[in-house]
Amino acid sequence: EIDKIVDLKTIEELEETLILADVGVETTLALLDPIKTKILQGETLTVKELKSFLKEQLISFLKDTNKPFPPPGNPSVLFFLGVNGVGKTTTIAKLGKILKNNGYSVLLVAADTFRAAAIDQLKTWGERIEAPVCALQEGADPGAVIYQGISYAQKNKIDVVLIDTAGRLHTKYNLIEELKKMVKVINKLVPQESQENILVLDATTGQNALSQAQHFSSAIPIHSVIITKMDGTAKGGIAIAVSHKYNLPIRFIGLGEKPEDLIPFDKNSFVSAILPD
Amino acid sequence: MFESLSDRLESVFKKFREKGKLDSDDIKKGLREVRLALLEADVNYKVVKDFISRVENRALSSEVIESLTPFQQIIKIVYEELVKTLGGEAKGLDLGGAKPAKILLAGLQGSGKTTTAAKLAKFLKKKGHHPLLVSADIYRPAAIEQLKILAQKVEVPFYEPKSNEKPLEIVKNAIEMAKENGRDIVIIDTAGRLHIDEDLMQELIELKKTFNPSEVLLVADAMMGQDSVNVAKIFNERVGLTGIILTKIEGDARGGAALSIKEVTGCPIKFLGTGEKLDAFEVFYPERLAGRILGM
Ligand SMILES: Nc1nc2c(ncn2[C@@H]2O[C@H](COP(=O)(O)OP(=O)(O)OP(=O)(O)O)[C@@H](O)[C@H]2O)c(=O)[nH]1
Ligand SMILES: Nc1nc2c(ncn2[C@@H]2O[C@H](COP(=O)(O)OP(=O)(O)OP(=O)(O)O)[C@@H](O)[C@H]2O)c(=O)[nH]1
Ligand SMILES: [K+]
Ligand SMILES: [Mg+2]
Ligand SMILES: [Mg+2]
Repeated sequence: EIDKIVDLKTIEELEETLILADVGVETTLALLDPIKTKILQGETLTVKELKSFLKEQLISFLKDTNKPFPPPGNPSVLFFLGVNGVGKTTTIAKLGKILKNNGYSVLLVAADTFRAAAIDQLKTWGERIEAPVCALQEGADPGAVIYQGISYAQKNKIDVVLIDTAGRLHTKYNLIEELKKMVKVINKLVPQESQENILVLDATTGQNALSQAQHFSSAIPIHSVIITKMDGTAKGGIAIAVSHKYNLPIRFIGLGEKPEDLIPFDKNSFVSAILPD
Repeated sequence: MFESLSDRLESVFKKFREKGKLDSDDIKKGLREVRLALLEADVNYKVVKDFISRVENRALSSEVIESLTPFQQIIKIVYEELVKTLGGEAKGLDLGGAKPAKILLAGLQGSGKTTTAAKLAKFLKKKGHHPLLVSADIYRPAAIEQLKILAQKVEVPFYEPKSNEKPLEIVKNAIEMAKENGRDIVIIDTAGRLHIDEDLMQELIELKKTFNPSEVLLVADAMMGQDSVNVAKIFNERVGLTGIILTKIEGDARGGAALSIKEVTGCPIKFLGTGEKLDAFEVFYPERLAGRILGM
């Protein structure tokens, strides 16, 4: 089966596989059209060869980073953003736990002062992972919470501050402006090298993830991505184009709703899940 | 939503229009572009395949090719097939059966169920109903608190579960409370779950079997990609859905999930969530939407 010679039907099947994994039409056709031309010109290659070529290509689209994580700082600040319901708050708790297990002290900051019970949600997570939470009341200025949180961390020598923000669509002008303000507050308190702005993407999202990356990164610098909900049947293929186009490394993937369900991103297994042998 | 899909289709149709007379090659080429536009909009691969083959069969008939206005005919065919896919006429809620009527909301994590529960309560209240809200989400941190706050905002009574109550008991007690207080509808919010999570799907099946809701609505995120069909299909097969509510449609997602989910489940899309505010909620009209997609 794997040593079969590639024909147009194989190409069509691979097209289906890639598109169904949300890799996207553009990336898929860019990969497969040249192959199609070669096949039509009479070149032969085996399915195995083609698949390993495609995997290599997909892997090469995924950006690497050698920046340390968390970034060095006193404290280092991880700022989470993304559209509604992708898993920001939960991911913060999971990552807080990982960092704690690695010997860092952490502070969770409830800068989602908008959504009903968002503060309670983060506080509950704080109790579960035994991490302090900095919060003001619902409706408070997110910048004020961030200011308090980082100042508290500085005074109390906390290593990493994880900031939760309200979910917002990337197309909402005033909500994007609010993001910029929050980043300004962070900039006042800690140097750039100590900050990582993390875009959280939901693996079930389709081509819209590209628009999310584009809009958010044109407003504030985005440094990395976390993909959540990889425990479902979605393959999260759009992350490949996002990583490629916006030069964004993927740090972690979320695999469930429990505190331990976050693991470092691994290119090979990610791409192998998209293109199984 | 859908604006960019309509832009894409518009540019395909423009090429058609400029050509005037069309032969079967022109039509095939044009439909290939329609296909790409649909895929870029996240319409499921298989749904696109069927859709294009239906349109192609009709478009390649001699009637169309030989007509004086082949272009108009093809747009008409695409339009009709889209309306068919999106589901004919608007369908309201079914609130029949034993009183109070129950509406069960289900879906993946973070799709917007809790927010939608409150929006629906507000919507029904405006229509003169007397809903009650209840959350059977005993898992997500502060999920019950979230709905409680939203219930206060829309001024609708809320059943406050006692600690240790399981979802079935919570809903049972909420229905009792509704009866005692003359409420005619109970809106049941549930925990987000994956369609492949056996235990949680079983819980949903139990809820449905026990309370026989008149509506079981899948709350789905409009930004979903190709996986929307797996999710919707399995929720429908396992639990049995009566309709779909599509959320977060005010962004720039092209809404292919809407077409796909409708096509694979056959369930009508009943409402759209158009924002985070509790009145950002609309009845869905398939024909209007198809018209909008095609820029008509
Ligand atoms: N299956 C699964 N569910 C997840 C994962 N990460 C988060 N969730 C769930 O997704 C839902 C939304 O998560 P939140 O953390 O509240 O998402 P958010 O981005 O903070 O949401 P907003 O603040 O409302 O924008 C919750 O039910 C989480 O339990 C994951 O990796 N897998
Ligand atoms: N922009 C926008 N946001 C929405 C819409 N509907 C819900 N949301 C937001 O989406 C996020 C998730 O909404 P929830 O109602 O908590 O979702 P859920 O399905 O109950 O989540 P789980 O209970 O964790 O599965 C929140 O930030 C909501 O404010 C909508 O139509 N538009
Ligand atoms: K997966
Ligand atoms: Mg949150
Ligand atoms: Mg909920």
